[in-house]
Amino acid sequence: MQKKEDLAKDRLLWMYTQMLRIREFEERIKRTFVEHPGVIRGHTHLGDGAEASIVGALATRSENDLAMPSYRCHGYPIVLGTSTKKMMAEIYGRKDGLCQGFGGSMHLADPAHHFPGTSGIIGQAIAHATGAALTAQVKNTGQVIYCFFGDGSSKQGAFYESLNMAAVWKLPIVYVLENNEYQVYTHVSLEDANHAAGDPLSQKAKAFSIPGVTVDGNDVLKVYEEVGKAAERARAGRGPSLIESKFYRFSAHGNAITVPPVPTQFPEHEAIETYGKKDEYAAAKAKDPILQFRTKLLGSGVLSEAENKRIEETVRAEMEEAVKFALASPFPAPEEAVKYVYA
Amino acid sequence: MPREMMYGEAIATAIVEEMKRDGDVIFYGQNLGMTEKDHMVRLFGKNRVRITPISETAEMGIAVGAAMTGLRPVVELWMSEFMLVAMDQALNEAPRLRYMTGGQVKVPLVFKAGYGFGAGWAGQHSNCIYHMMMGIPGLKVALPSTPADAKGLLTAAIRDDNPVVYLHHYMLTLDRGEVPDGDYVIPFGVADVKRAGSDVTLVATGWMVKKSLAAAEVLAKEGISVEVIDPRTIAPLDVQTIVASVKKTGRLVLVDQAPRHASVAVIIAGEVAEHGFQYLKAPVKMVTALDTSVPYSEPLEKFVLPDEDKIVRAVKAAMARQAATV
Repeated sequence: MQKKEDLAKDRLLWMYTQMLRIREFEERIKRTFVEHPGVIRGHTHLGDGAEASIVGALATRSENDLAMPSYRCHGYPIVLGTSTKKMMAEIYGRKDGLCQGFGGSMHLADPAHHFPGTSGIIGQAIAHATGAALTAQVKNTGQVIYCFFGDGSSKQGAFYESLNMAAVWKLPIVYVLENNEYQVYTHVSLEDANHAAGDPLSQKAKAFSIPGVTVDGNDVLKVYEEVGKAAERARAGRGPSLIESKFYRFSAHGNAITVPPVPTQFPEHEAIETYGKKDEYAAAKAKDPILQFRTKLLGSGVLSEAENKRIEETVRAEMEEAVKFALASPFPAPEEAVKYVYA
Repeated sequence: MPREMMYGEAIATAIVEEMKRDGDVIFYGQNLGMTEKDHMVRLFGKNRVRITPISETAEMGIAVGAAMTGLRPVVELWMSEFMLVAMDQALNEAPRLRYMTGGQVKVPLVFKAGYGFGAGWAGQHSNCIYHMMMGIPGLKVALPSTPADAKGLLTAAIRDDNPVVYLHHYMLTLDRGEVPDGDYVIPFGVADVKRAGSDVTLVATGWMVKKSLAAAEVLAKEGISVEVIDPRTIAPLDVQTIVASVKKTGRLVLVDQAPRHASVAVIIAGEVAEHGFQYLKAPVKMVTALDTSVPYSEPLEKFVLPDEDKIVRAVKAAMARQAATV
């Protein structure tokens, strides 16, 4: 892995482009609730705000490394090369969807692009990612598993049991704890012992005697640097690390839970809706990871205004195509429902 | 050449033979493979035979992730109730992933545990909890009742591309029987007629097969011919063989160690009510555990669990075409 100072211009622009793609994809999902009410069913969770953290982490991957996140899972496959058309079609419940309409937003999977699957039950996929790391170790594949989960997941038993076993077995895995400050609707100050004591959540690593660091998750290059160190350590057979990546979730936990036929949309973020903290939300938006990286790239001359415009237009066109593709895709035949019960 | 061995030995044999055959099979759990002298560690090394902490959620969840990415884990969970601390992984992760991903992944794993320990293990270690697994689409459940079935079903479980809960009955561990050598695979969803008969169909699983066969022997002396069927897997469940037998006998007695409303018996009764009602000469009888927890003291435990006498009485009641109070 290259040092962050040595990243070539095209690599930096690739990272910037991926961040824009995630943001635009999530914006289009959100807009769907307004422009095409009823098209997206159930519960959908967005990753806007997480772009630097996701891209910085995955930019350190080697070719065959796997990414295994929670149900807030749209951003990762976008970076891994999954078709955004198929992703959108899946979230729209269509036959051409990634999972042929069997999974939806919370259960995206694309094993062909190193994205084996996700779980909608908070924290449980941490164990699955740890199992993937066991496969890598038993078969000596040289892979590192990137396991992503939120601050809420870090209070689940699966977190403690998995990290303990990964540490005992020195499994090749990097645990990225995405501290976006809210577990569902509850602020981290109300439910986390480390936070309550004024300590970072990476403190939890001490319980397993593994490295634990906290990084500014709004700074893509800082994430790249810390996750990169952890990945190298894992690949060298020295075991897991815990990275607390701090950023802010810009959207509410999910679209409003309504009972049909009441339409569902994304409510205001919990900071505003529940806690009345407009200033907190505005301050977080001012630290937007995409704005920060754009400013840095423009300042250093890696990116020009013209090129930025070109990238933005390309990304907008890609997601416009994804929406069109998804809307045009047929629904699965009802009797397909019994198809994948058993292998 | 078949060889006589104990039920417990047959289980171990299946694991060893499958691990020899397929390098992707791994075996782990609590309190096993602790030293280099351990038989399994000597055979397969510590990479494939692993000791775990008391962490069922991680043990089972890691198996799910390992299975999704190319291994075939066999997880030793010891007692079926220990799975209860991690039921999300058994019921809402392992069997869902293939379906939710539109068939893109498979989850070939075995959760192995003993159950039904009717020997004074009291309320939390003697239960039959398979009812909560058998109704989960995507999950398979095997309940071997003989040493041969123990080997054949476990071999099939390890080779199956789906998650399988393999529950072996603790009370059968020392039972001896002929077990075929080498490759011996019993397909799932195929019931076995353990004793042929013409007057009454008796369906049982696990330890209850043994008790039903003993009851059939007693009844034979009184001129009642009992057919004993063991479904062997309750998910998938071979309803066809049972209905065919009921068509022949006209009477059905269901024996199940689980409490009535959490039993396989109620499922079979429902299936026969729909598909075999016209063949019945008498009401279906169910001999199940009482709807209580399992008590510690021996007379209390005996009162709660089905036994040979209760089965005999139920069969006689079916023969008399009247409901009995068992």
